[in-house]
Amino acid sequence: MAVTCRQLFKRYETGRAAVDAVNGLDLEVRRGECFGLLGPNGAGKTTTVEILEGLIEPTSGDVEVLGMRWGGGRDHELRQKLGITLQETRLRDKLSVRETLRMFRSFYRDGIEPEAAMALVALEEKADAWISKLSGGQRQRVAVACALIGRPELVFLDEPTTGLDPQARRQLWDVVADIRRAGNTILLTTHYMDEAEKLCDRVAVVDHGRVIALGAPRDLISRLGGEHVIEFSLEPMDQRPVDADVFAAVEGVTQSTEESGRFVLTVSEPHRSIPGCLALLSRENLELKSLTTRHVNLEDVFVNLTGRHLRDD
Amino acid sequence: MTIDRSAFAQLVLANVRSYLRQPEAIFWTYGFPLIMVVGLGLAFNSDTEARLPFIVTQRAASDPIVQKLRADARFDVEVMEQDAALALLRRNRTPVVVSVDASGEVEYFFDPTNPDGTAARAVIDDAVQRAAGRADVVASVDRRTDAPGSRYVDFLVPGLIGMNLMGAGLWGIGFNTVDLRVRNLLKRMVATPMRRGHFLLALVGSRVVFFVPEMFFLLLAAKLLFGVPIAGSYASVLFVALSGAVTFAGIGLLVASRARTIESISGLMNLVMIPMWLCSGIFFSSERFPDAVQPFIQVLPLTQVINALRAVILVGEPLAAQAFPLGILALWCALSYTLAIRVFRWV
Repeated sequence: MAVTCRQLFKRYETGRAAVDAVNGLDLEVRRGECFGLLGPNGAGKTTTVEILEGLIEPTSGDVEVLGMRWGGGRDHELRQKLGITLQETRLRDKLSVRETLRMFRSFYRDGIEPEAAMALVALEEKADAWISKLSGGQRQRVAVACALIGRPELVFLDEPTTGLDPQARRQLWDVVADIRRAGNTILLTTHYMDEAEKLCDRVAVVDHGRVIALGAPRDLISRLGGEHVIEFSLEPMDQRPVDADVFAAVEGVTQSTEESGRFVLTVSEPHRSIPGCLALLSRENLELKSLTTRHVNLEDVFVNLTGRHLRDD
Repeated sequence: MTIDRSAFAQLVLANVRSYLRQPEAIFWTYGFPLIMVVGLGLAFNSDTEARLPFIVTQRAASDPIVQKLRADARFDVEVMEQDAALALLRRNRTPVVVSVDASGEVEYFFDPTNPDGTAARAVIDDAVQRAAGRADVVASVDRRTDAPGSRYVDFLVPGLIGMNLMGAGLWGIGFNTVDLRVRNLLKRMVATPMRRGHFLLALVGSRVVFFVPEMFFLLLAAKLLFGVPIAGSYASVLFVALSGAVTFAGIGLLVASRARTIESISGLMNLVMIPMWLCSGIFFSSERFPDAVQPFIQVLPLTQVINALRAVILVGEPLAAQAFPLGILALWCALSYTLAIRVFRWV
């Protein structure tokens, strides 16, 4: 195991109120896998990884990273083997990419050259540019390069693509996929379900400081009972409320929910369920306003588990 | 290759580069103190002898004795109506107004609680009496003390160096440390195997290293522009300045050890610096403050840095004679570094 933690708790006392940021979290990350902590903002993902990184002390719980424990007199040894990006780090504005990497390199006994690190994140052209002159995506890639410069056994990436535009996100995904292929263990946190699905071998869905689902993205999705989702909304013909349950009777529908006028049906075979739906609507004298189908994703898994969305925006 | 692999060297380089790549920082460390020396030096250091200005009323202007005063090169005499003259006196624009009353006696209008007024009155009266024929009964001779080394500008330069030491140490270390903390960069650094001691040493070291050229630049400018001499040895000047730089770096580190925002560090800085700006004798001797507050003023690090700098630069005292000021600085060093390292907030 690269990481094991059991019954992890972290309580913050803020005046009168106490907040349990991490509330009995268990985790196992295997060597060589890319493991994702998926959850909404405030779920306790960052607190968890910062405990694993030895930056925060847990209130209680047992943490083992690469077979070692923090505070056991071998912290320096352990840090040599970790590569880390924090959720938000603003590197020194007036240093160039190469100078920044050279500085980080000097902290590690063993590692790769700044040039090689720049190649890993496709930033060779920006070697002599100041950090202040880089775009958000390029800065994030420098941060990842800093995490890789010590030839780490385990890489922590905390929300690596938050705030980046779609193109920059895809470039960073390529970088992470390369790290994974090179045989590194990766633990990343994200609140983007597409990111977790694309990058992670296994995902732990985290909510309110604990793991509420664990498994490969495909497995988590298949547990919903169908691979596809039919989403539709109705013309407001009259004020008659329509109960989502009536669609549960349609052939092949495993789940049926309604949220602010949008009906969401989980089905295994859309081409069999759609005709049944349409027939039901015409029997009830209801008219469609829109209808789309798509694959089930981790967002649906999260909604199904918690009744809330990953991002409420 | 060795520099590439030395964490300490890389940390110092990062600080040095960040500093040198900010033109405004260069101005505040080199340009601003130079402007202070030049401005204040010119204001208080005219080459011609100061002429005493005072006002004669219209009525007294034709008096033969007053005529002699107007011809005297030591005086800068202005003539105007009595009412206008007294108005200027009340506004402290002239120390004395000279007039002649109805019976022909010479009148002096002045404020006896203002030392300038009393002194000017004595000098003018002396000239009046001599013009009227009074002779000296005791022989006296004037010894001038405006030779280089004892003018106001000479007094000022060590004071400004001390002020600069304090500003550079506190702002340079304090502000940068909090900036790194705000950027989450301190946390990022301790997430690597970097030794925390290397980081702090590099922070202090790069600041102290910058101060050496800074100080000699200021001393050189003062020497070339105003002929401010350096009576003591360069080595002792350097030693005192470095002691000051290291002390203020430690105080800067302590002030910045917990602060989490730029606003709070700015407030703390001012809280620490303003008492020293006011009391430590940058612009006038700290001994002018009442005896009751002297113990407080004498333990301030800036007071002792400036005292020691004046002693070695202006008087040429040996380093051995600076045991007291250097001892006070050593105490501040021990206190600030010990505390700062103990309470420093890394994450």
